[in-house]
Amino acid sequence: MIGDWLERKEVCICAGSGGVGKTTTSAAIALGMAARGAKVAVLTIDPARRLASSLGLAELGNEERRVDARVDGELWAMMLDAKRTFDDLIEWHAPDERTRDAVLGNRIYQELSSAVAGSQEYMAMEKLHELHQEGRYDLLVLDTPPTRNALDFLDAPRRLSEFIDSRALQVFTSPGRLGLKILGRGTDITFSLMKRATGIDLLADLGEFFRSFADMTEGMRERAGRVNELLSDSRTAFVLVTSPRRDALEEAAYFHHRLMDAGLPFAGVVANRVHQAGAATDPTQLTRLLGEPLARKVIRTYEEERRLARRDRENLADLRRRLGRKPMIEVPHLQDDVHDLDGLRRMDEYLFAGLGQTGAE
Amino acid sequence: MVVTGKGGVGKTTVAAALGLLAARRGKRTVVCEVAEQERLAALFGIGDVGHSELELTPRLHAVSVQPDRAKEEWLRRQLKSATLAGVLGGSRLFQYLTAAAPGLSELVTIGKVWDLAQLERRTAGSVFDLAIVDAPSTGHGLAMLRAPQTYAGVARVGPISRQARIIDSFLRDPDSTGVVVVALPEEMPVSETIEIERRLGDELGMAVDRVVVNGMYPRRFSAAEAARLRSLDGRGAPPASAALRAALAEHERARGQRSQLERLRRRIEAPVATLPYLFEPELGRRHLERLANELERRL
Repeated sequence: MIGDWLERKEVCICAGSGGVGKTTTSAAIALGMAARGAKVAVLTIDPARRLASSLGLAELGNEERRVDARVDGELWAMMLDAKRTFDDLIEWHAPDERTRDAVLGNRIYQELSSAVAGSQEYMAMEKLHELHQEGRYDLLVLDTPPTRNALDFLDAPRRLSEFIDSRALQVFTSPGRLGLKILGRGTDITFSLMKRATGIDLLADLGEFFRSFADMTEGMRERAGRVNELLSDSRTAFVLVTSPRRDALEEAAYFHHRLMDAGLPFAGVVANRVHQAGAATDPTQLTRLLGEPLARKVIRTYEEERRLARRDRENLADLRRRLGRKPMIEVPHLQDDVHDLDGLRRMDEYLFAGLGQTGAE
Repeated sequence: MVVTGKGGVGKTTVAAALGLLAARRGKRTVVCEVAEQERLAALFGIGDVGHSELELTPRLHAVSVQPDRAKEEWLRRQLKSATLAGVLGGSRLFQYLTAAAPGLSELVTIGKVWDLAQLERRTAGSVFDLAIVDAPSTGHGLAMLRAPQTYAGVARVGPISRQARIIDSFLRDPDSTGVVVVALPEEMPVSETIEIERRLGDELGMAVDRVVVNGMYPRRFSAAEAARLRSLDGRGAPPASAALRAALAEHERARGQRSQLERLRRRIEAPVATLPYLFEPELGRRHLERLANELERRL
């Protein structure tokens, strides 16, 4: 069960494809750990306000807020604002006001910091690292962004360091044509072709953007390195969230493979919305109870449910095989979709009390 | 036509069903995937689609747009020379720069989709009357739609600026581009759909043409029947009582769905069409045909 997975862990990262219940699972894990005495903060990026308000908050902001969940420990929640976090980072690293304003005012920066693939992911890691450094919580639970490619965030710190180290930055940061000389022959041609393809104006804007960034690269590189260390630290646990649907499972299997490749600490799988049904029903008994027409409808409903239950069982067995029998917790398809504290508590029975546990070894 | 929505709501399925419907109505149609997920391939039971258009059924094609390939095509077009494009595309400097330039891969991706929708295409391939893009979910979907606007603004002159402007006005012209948002009749997808409509309007001046609510359970039991089932709950031998419980649970779910559907209808401007939940283990070609039939009746 989750309690065992998170023993001596300080960071829990919930990952998976969109629509599998990542936000809900993250919140349920955080609430469950808080109910067991820990001081927990859950970081989410989900904009659905009802989750925030059901946690007793009108709205979540870029700062943690205490949730009145009546638990032994403490539950805190925040919603990541990627742009704000990025702005804060720039303010922190900028050597002077002029550089700070140049970056914050650059149009390319403005675009980069809001919605471009990768930046949200990186900022989630960044905030996680910051909170972990501050050490105010026993456990941090991160609900990763709902990117269609759920793996972007793993690459984010590495991509940023690579970019900072890259020669592209040097070209723009070395004054005048000296930068081009460093890169040797051929660069002149590249440059003139680039002008032809993109237009000089855009090139100049990019140049300005990279130049103003140059003064803070050292600090940011260091930071990206530390974020990377946190991801592979033994105090971190990755929990894969999935549904028993084929496409979600494919992504979960791929994701697991990537985590293993990168040597990241994988804890287990939470499979949400698993259809469950028992043995074939007894038509005569139902007909006796309900009469013919109603009994037929009930049987039809039950048979549909059983078909989906069979599919889910097979799909999850397949995933378990592919993952090499890693721990897995199944949460059944609950009657209502989970979006409030009561719903989260219902999930608790499965996540923590071992009701849904299968396949752990 | 742009198809977006929260993750996991069935965007690819709806995009494919819309494609089938358009093809049936005689339109040469291409469905474009943009995240290299190859889900269309699985739906149609074929191997990977790849970056070149592949015919699925008469008049219906599929393509999986790869940003790197789209970037190459764009370079070749700009420099009007495959050799020069090769020189530039092969340079490490250029690769780093384009990888780091925010939003560029979104721009070339939506640029490729735009090209597919043109009667005079810039890249080799068939001509289409309709390009349906199975866009990324909310945040990244909006980022993709916004990329041309951003680049049109950032680059004031030059070829990128010119093209970005053309693509941007094509996307924002309701006569050339339609937006379909896919949702599920549940709390969070409904909230996100309301949010998407608001942001499309505020940030891009685009309106949602239609919301397709996927996965509606049938309204199977009347209130009286449900009351009857409830009064009998817990009775009978295990298989029968399990069936009763399952029927009641589904009745409650269906009721919850309908109230979410009402909330959605109250809160958004766009008309809403619904699609039934298919109680099928996996969706395939024939289920898509069925969904296309449903859409045909509702659109």
